Amino acid sequence: MTLTPLLELRDLRKTYRLPRGRVLRAVDGLSLRVLPGETLGLVGESGCGKSTLGRCMLRLADPSSGQILFEGRDITTLPERRLRALRPRMQMVFQDSSAALNPRRRIGDLLAEPLRVHPAPDGRRRPASVIAARLSELMDLVGLPVQALERYPHEFSGGQRQRINIARALALTPRLVVADEPVSALDVSVQAQIVNLFADLRRELGLTYVFIAHDLAVVRQISSRVAVMYLGAIVELGETDGVLHHPAHPYTTALTAAVPRAVVGHPHAPVLRGDAPSPTAPRTGCRFHARCPQAQARCAQEEPALHTLRPGHAVACHFPLPPGP
Amino acid sequence: MMAALLRRTGQTVLVLFGVSVLVFGVFFATPGADPTARIAGRNAAPQVMEKVRHEYGFDRPLPVQYAIMMKKLFITRDLASYTNRGQAVVPEIMRAAPVTASLVCGAAVLWVTVSIFMGTLAAAMKDTWVDRGLMMLGLVGISIPVFWLGQVANLVTQSRYHDTWLFSWVPGLGYVPFAQDPLGWFRALVIPWVVLAVMFIGIYSRVLRHDLVALAGEDFMRTARAKGLSPMRVLLRHGLRTSMVTFVSLFGLDFAQLAGGGALLTEVVFGLPGVGRLTYRALTMLDLPVIMATVMYSAIFVVLANAVVDVVYLFLDPRVRDAR
Amino acid sequence: MPADPPLLAVRDLCVSFPARGRMVPIVEHVSLDLHAGEIVGLVGESGSGKSVTAMALMGLIDSPGVRVTGSALFRGRELVGMPQRQLRRLRGRDIAMIFQDPMTAFTPVYTIGWQIDEQIRAHEKLSRHAARARTVKLLADMGVPDPAHMAQRYPHQLSGGLRQRAMIAMALSCSPALLIADEPTTALDVTVQAQILELLRRLRGTHGASILLITHDMGVVAQTCARTLVLYSGRMAETGPTEAVFDRPGHPYTAALLDAIPPLYGPRPDRLPAIDGIPPQPADRPAGCAFAPRCGHAHETCLPAPPPPVPIGPGQQAACVLPAEGTPLPPRGPMTECTA
Repeated sequence: MTLTPLLELRDLRKTYRLPRGRVLRAVDGLSLRVLPGETLGLVGESGCGKSTLGRCMLRLADPSSGQILFEGRDITTLPERRLRALRPRMQMVFQDSSAALNPRRRIGDLLAEPLRVHPAPDGRRRPASVIAARLSELMDLVGLPVQALERYPHEFSGGQRQRINIARALALTPRLVVADEPVSALDVSVQAQIVNLFADLRRELGLTYVFIAHDLAVVRQISSRVAVMYLGAIVELGETDGVLHHPAHPYTTALTAAVPRAVVGHPHAPVLRGDAPSPTAPRTGCRFHARCPQAQARCAQEEPALHTLRPGHAVACHFPLPPGP
Repeated sequence: MMAALLRRTGQTVLVLFGVSVLVFGVFFATPGADPTARIAGRNAAPQVMEKVRHEYGFDRPLPVQYAIMMKKLFITRDLASYTNRGQAVVPEIMRAAPVTASLVCGAAVLWVTVSIFMGTLAAAMKDTWVDRGLMMLGLVGISIPVFWLGQVANLVTQSRYHDTWLFSWVPGLGYVPFAQDPLGWFRALVIPWVVLAVMFIGIYSRVLRHDLVALAGEDFMRTARAKGLSPMRVLLRHGLRTSMVTFVSLFGLDFAQLAGGGALLTEVVFGLPGVGRLTYRALTMLDLPVIMATVMYSAIFVVLANAVVDVVYLFLDPRVRDAR
Repeated sequence: MPADPPLLAVRDLCVSFPARGRMVPIVEHVSLDLHAGEIVGLVGESGSGKSVTAMALMGLIDSPGVRVTGSALFRGRELVGMPQRQLRRLRGRDIAMIFQDPMTAFTPVYTIGWQIDEQIRAHEKLSRHAARARTVKLLADMGVPDPAHMAQRYPHQLSGGLRQRAMIAMALSCSPALLIADEPTTALDVTVQAQILELLRRLRGTHGASILLITHDMGVVAQTCARTLVLYSGRMAETGPTEAVFDRPGHPYTAALLDAIPPLYGPRPDRLPAIDGIPPQPADRPAGCAFAPRCGHAHETCLPAPPPPVPIGPGQQAACVLPAEGTPLPPRGPMTECTA
């Protein structure tokens, strides 16, 4: 790990104050490194803070404490004006592909906007001819016909709109793309197309992804490493198949067991009972102990730190499960 | 719950303070207009001017002037009209308030019941001629100016057909206090009630119908139908009950602005000595103290009604209750 | 196959909506049998007409001008064209429905208990007290902790999982013979989904319920349903025992859909075998097979008319010309995805 991480989070926290003095700890002291060229999958159930974390990474939301380093440089408190110079290199793709596109503007206008707003790397404004050339290049990249530039968002299907969103994120040739549930609103047949597109673009453009999703199979398909989040923290982190096939954390085990697989057989009884506790509830000890089938006395008192179990596999559990057969 | 109510009260006080400062600023602290001369009247003797200036503190800083004004309005209540020399403003408003309240409450009962009936019926019979007819009627109601309708009503009931059996019961223009003669009170107000309610019936029935039709596409309405409930029950217990949330917020504001003097045209047309007519008179004569007092009165009503609506919300919508 | 007549027998169900001056068919010639105690999956992507089918069975489509034809016999009674008054007595009592998003499916201004009581009292002469007692018992049966207290809470005060349990309790409150579950777990987290699916599987034993499970998730079908019907663009692509459909799909769409799901175990493909293009809009459905424009096996015989369903195995049918032409799809094998 001598490589400089493209993005590094150090003890990041994001809390929201709610009425009646409650505090929502969406991201709760989380450290993470994203290396150049890798795809880090971020999985977890709703309310685990993965979307908030994604926004904090790009300073689309301001963290409450901790540090964010992009390309080795601390951007935690960088003023918005100077942040703008970095924006071309870090982009985000959202889930709801229709809400992210202004319905009254042509695709060409939508895509040209970042190119007009941000100066070219040489500091000058891009001439119209350069922008036009870039737009058709982008269409080609995401597999849409050039004619699409003249049309409006509502004329496209969900999958095509997501291609447009990806094109917009790529317009300024970013290094890091944070994708928040980019395929979860899509049907399986279309979802596969978009997952493939993400993979192709990474190869062609040398992109680094943080891929946020609740679907473990989709995350496995695209990611080189996986981080499993529970109540604002990473409970397990490591090489994709290591984590998903030989989970060391009981929560990861429960999560993988709960995925309904398209294989006919005898279904397993669900491992977990009840829902995840509210992220506003006060807690002590391990954040998972209340639902954990393996919880012991120590788990209720002492919070386990994320520690390396074996090379490329870290877990936050006092009693990690042994690797399977 | 208690904390929510307290917080709400605090906000109300704060808003009232803001409104009073604003109104004071507009009427008394506008540069170029000497309030002393206005209160004292035209060509007043220098001694009188001096007396007024001292009494209202116009020779002292603005905050003091404001404090004196508020004291005169709310504590000593001796703020006097300057066209009607010596006439205390506050008691005059207090005398006018029951008239306006009688007018507005009666009209409100009328417009709420009729519009709920019309709106619900139209929604239940969506896209039939009943629906179209009722909504057209509503549109007509909205389009008729209240003063015109009032004049026509007067023309019909007071002169043209007054001597027929149909309208012989209608008393002459004016107000009869309820305590004095309840039947007379009712007779004097029934036509003003109808006239005032017509426009609101139009608005409310159309809004309610639109709301109910929109709600019909909601998941919970589909659930209610899937439960095997009758269409009537689905519409009333699930649809109407849910759309009451919108209805109440609309009603609260309309009621407040009318009670605060917004029924001015109706009051003038029917010769009812209410707050609206008082405001109207003060405006035509530029009677600043009266304008100041009536505007404050109106603001108090609107702000209080807003607070009441919010409290009613707490009872109507459990989600709001928990969000606080 | 069971000898007794099916609980629900749907034949050639068609639903069309008027749009721009003509009738647009949303669902075309859907047929299915559901026997007592069975869970049948109705699977398809968005726009495949699976929810419309369910709504048509319940008589819940009230758009002006909608046309429902075909036949749906429920315990021998024809549902298509049944007067609303009779349908209403059936709804909630004999056929109940649960919906995708339990947050929006409950009326927000009433407590959960009130809403379940309401359904019970709509169909049975029962005192308020007795109805509430049954409500609390049902909630307890559905695994809701502290049911008496939960009954007094409002929908927004419960978690998604509890809300869906309450929804199921409400659906079961009059012991219906048939439960139609429209994407019952789509809005839920995966660990909660596993719990609800287990609950649905258990209902067959505890409440004798038969379930028509509507979903887009092939995984949910595989884990829950004995038989499966795959819809594509409003038409039946394939139907049969779930195991047969998954192992030996007879329709290229079924096979392609299964292939497009990224595997959680086993070798990770470099690229997912995606299906190119998108399903056609109902108004622009091709004259022939609706899947032909996206199908790798498409040829002339697919184009003139939609291929009728042909038997390809015990209880299995596929609306495809390949089996009849002697070139059926190769089996995917019983376990294309090996376990960990």
